[in-house]
Amino acid sequence: MSKVIGAIVVDIDKCKGCELCVVACPTDVIDMTKEVNAKGYAYAYMINPEACTGCSHCATVCPDGVITVYRTKKATA
Amino acid sequence: MAEVKLMKGNEAFAEAAIRVGSDAYFGYPITPQSEVIEYLMTEQPHMRTGMVVLQAESEVAAINMVYGAAGAGKKVLTSSSSPGISLKLEGISYMAGAELPAVILNVVRGGPGLGTIQPSQADYFQAVKGGGHGDYKMLVLAPSSVQEMADFVEDAFDVAFRYRNPVMILSDGVIGQMMEKVVFKPQQDRWTEEEIIKMNGSWATTGKTADRERNIITSLNMRSDAMEIHNHKLQAKYKLMEENEVRFEEFMCDDAEYIMVAYGSSARIAQKTLDIARSKGIKVGLLRPITLFPYPTKKIQEYVNNGVKGFLSVEMSAGQMVEDVRLAVNGKAEVEHYGRNGGIVPSPTEVLNALETQIIK
Amino acid sequence: MDLKDIIKPENLVYTKTKNMTDKELSYCPGCGHGTAHMITMEAVEELGITEKTIGVAPVGCSVLAYEFMNVDMQQAAHGRAPAVATALSRVMPEKVIFTYQGDGDLAAIGTAETIHACNRGENIVIIFVNNGIYGMTGGQMAPTTLMGMKSSTSPYGRTAEQNGNPLKMTELVAQLEGTYNVSRHSVHTFKNVKKAKKAIKKAFQDAMDKKGTQFVEIVSNCNSGWKMSPVKSNEWMEEHMFAYYPLGQIKKDGVLVNNSNQN
Ligand SMILES: Cc1ncc(C[n+]2csc(CCOP(=O)(O)OP(=O)(O)O)c2C)c(N)n1
Ligand code: SF4
Ligand code: SF4
Ligand code: SF4
Ligand SMILES: [Mg+2]
Repeated sequence: MSKVIGAIVVDIDKCKGCELCVVACPTDVIDMTKEVNAKGYAYAYMINPEACTGCSHCATVCPDGVITVYRTKKATA
Repeated sequence: MAEVKLMKGNEAFAEAAIRVGSDAYFGYPITPQSEVIEYLMTEQPHMRTGMVVLQAESEVAAINMVYGAAGAGKKVLTSSSSPGISLKLEGISYMAGAELPAVILNVVRGGPGLGTIQPSQADYFQAVKGGGHGDYKMLVLAPSSVQEMADFVEDAFDVAFRYRNPVMILSDGVIGQMMEKVVFKPQQDRWTEEEIIKMNGSWATTGKTADRERNIITSLNMRSDAMEIHNHKLQAKYKLMEENEVRFEEFMCDDAEYIMVAYGSSARIAQKTLDIARSKGIKVGLLRPITLFPYPTKKIQEYVNNGVKGFLSVEMSAGQMVEDVRLAVNGKAEVEHYGRNGGIVPSPTEVLNALETQIIK
Repeated sequence: MDLKDIIKPENLVYTKTKNMTDKELSYCPGCGHGTAHMITMEAVEELGITEKTIGVAPVGCSVLAYEFMNVDMQQAAHGRAPAVATALSRVMPEKVIFTYQGDGDLAAIGTAETIHACNRGENIVIIFVNNGIYGMTGGQMAPTTLMGMKSSTSPYGRTAEQNGNPLKMTELVAQLEGTYNVSRHSVHTFKNVKKAKKAIKKAFQDAMDKKGTQFVEIVSNCNSGWKMSPVKSNEWMEEHMFAYYPLGQIKKDGVLVNNSNQN
């Protein structure tokens, strides 16, 4: 189990729905929405947020720079 | 300290380029102006002032180098002759669109095509009416002596930076190749980086410091409404040039019944024609336009209003400037053209004959 | 763990570089131009040379690069960016100059300017985005278009008889004395982006150190021109483009690398 947990924030209005982030995510965190943004594109969101490690693969390949990535140590409950 | 030298027009241009504190020259050899780059390479201006001189791989590359240096707010020049200027036109249009100052010398030779290497004035339309694509103008200066080949470098930079527009010095093989005495002004310092930022920092790409937005040099605007506004701005600039920058020289025009209009080396020939004609009692004068754009249209209209009966445009072309004379005269007096083509320089007596047969009749 | 406990400024690990403007990129969804822009500007930021970097945009889809890259920029006539950059570098040797060009711009109309700038060893960085097509004008054939590949001006596929073979500009300029680092990359996976960025960063550093011309090719997709989805176009690129344009270092620190096929 990874000791870190991550999260991504997608700038919904600027996402172009290219799905490159979906392919790039090693832990299948991302999927595309059914609804569309103002530009008419389905946009990326975390369908599986618990699996995010904050590795930034998605943000690095996003051509439009719309993903911001956060990462922290998992809280030990 | 002023200095007197005996040299070719092309060399005088090159020496003046160094002395006005130019930052760079980019060129490509072509007769009859190769002396410009040869002189610069021999003089090694990087040792004298730090000026950059580079022989480009083509006129196309050279003019785009000029674009780059001008976009950085530097004083930059290039020179060529007719076929090479044709290659530079795309770049000149871009510079006019992006509002970049620079000095471009054309030592005109006979065309069309590869033509001849002999002197000609057949690039008048190309220089004055745009030449490249789009609605643009260059301010065009026409030297008629070696001294003016030198002096006009400073004048050209002055207007180029004042209007942020390319300026052409339209010379020809006669002026470029002939040797005359020329007086040079003392060496001026090149602008420092601080001076460039102070003068041109609002637009030049000198590096985006934290205290300002980035500067962009471009002639592109995807939106046609914005592009139209930009065009209006350019046209307003050209209008200002027409109001403020017209230059000409008059010889014996006060009592003239007929006027010859000639620029550059043709003006030198016409001056000799004038002497002969006056000695024969013909009341003829000579108008030498120094700026070809803006053109001394108002001056010509004055002559018409004062009763001048006829105009002879003397050019080494099939008749190009004559169209501007006709526009100014607007049908109110006789206008004719006399010229030789393909690199032939007319003689003063040929011109006199044309004056007597075509105008005075 | 609650999302709001993760999404905090102190936990930030990736965000768009400040060297890119807020303007929305004009590129098609999934186009590699965006990623290539991003890593170019990140490299400039990380080297701390933003204030002295001046870029030259081409004519092509990336003509508007100056709208997105937050540094001083000039827009050059089609193919002439290396000439513009030459002058910038000559008159301002203390600055860092780069061009950003497509394959039509660099390998067709601008071939002479490219070769001569490289041959003179101008201290500039050339970022060459090769998508094997004229993207901007609607997908016409480029000198880099692959054999058999269809485009709007090779509707039945490129043939050697008609059009010659695809031009490997990068291998060509590597032969010139003036080039110092020459490499070919891609930006379609995390690993490849990292490699490309490393090469770009070294390119900027070596240009700054006056080592000669730095040439970085990025093999990229043009999903509009190729008429594929972004994901499909990247797969197609891996299979077909990389076969003809193998990724890797071609020249390093002025020395040709023997095995240019290592990925
Ligand atoms: C002198 C000139 N010729 C032709 C064009 C039209 N044109 C604009 S972009 C382009 C091709 C661009 O292709 P490439 O460099 O591969 O860039 P991409 O759009 O694929 O990134 C052409 C032919 C032009 N603008 N100027
Ligand atoms: S940061 Fe890594 S794990 Fe998280 S969504 Fe992006 S690619 Fe997936
Ligand atoms: S890569 Fe970027 S633009 Fe493409 S779908 Fe993901 S977030 Fe949206
Ligand atoms: S046309 Fe091709 S190169 Fe141009 S933005 Fe679209 S995908 Fe990118
Ligand atoms: Mg292309």
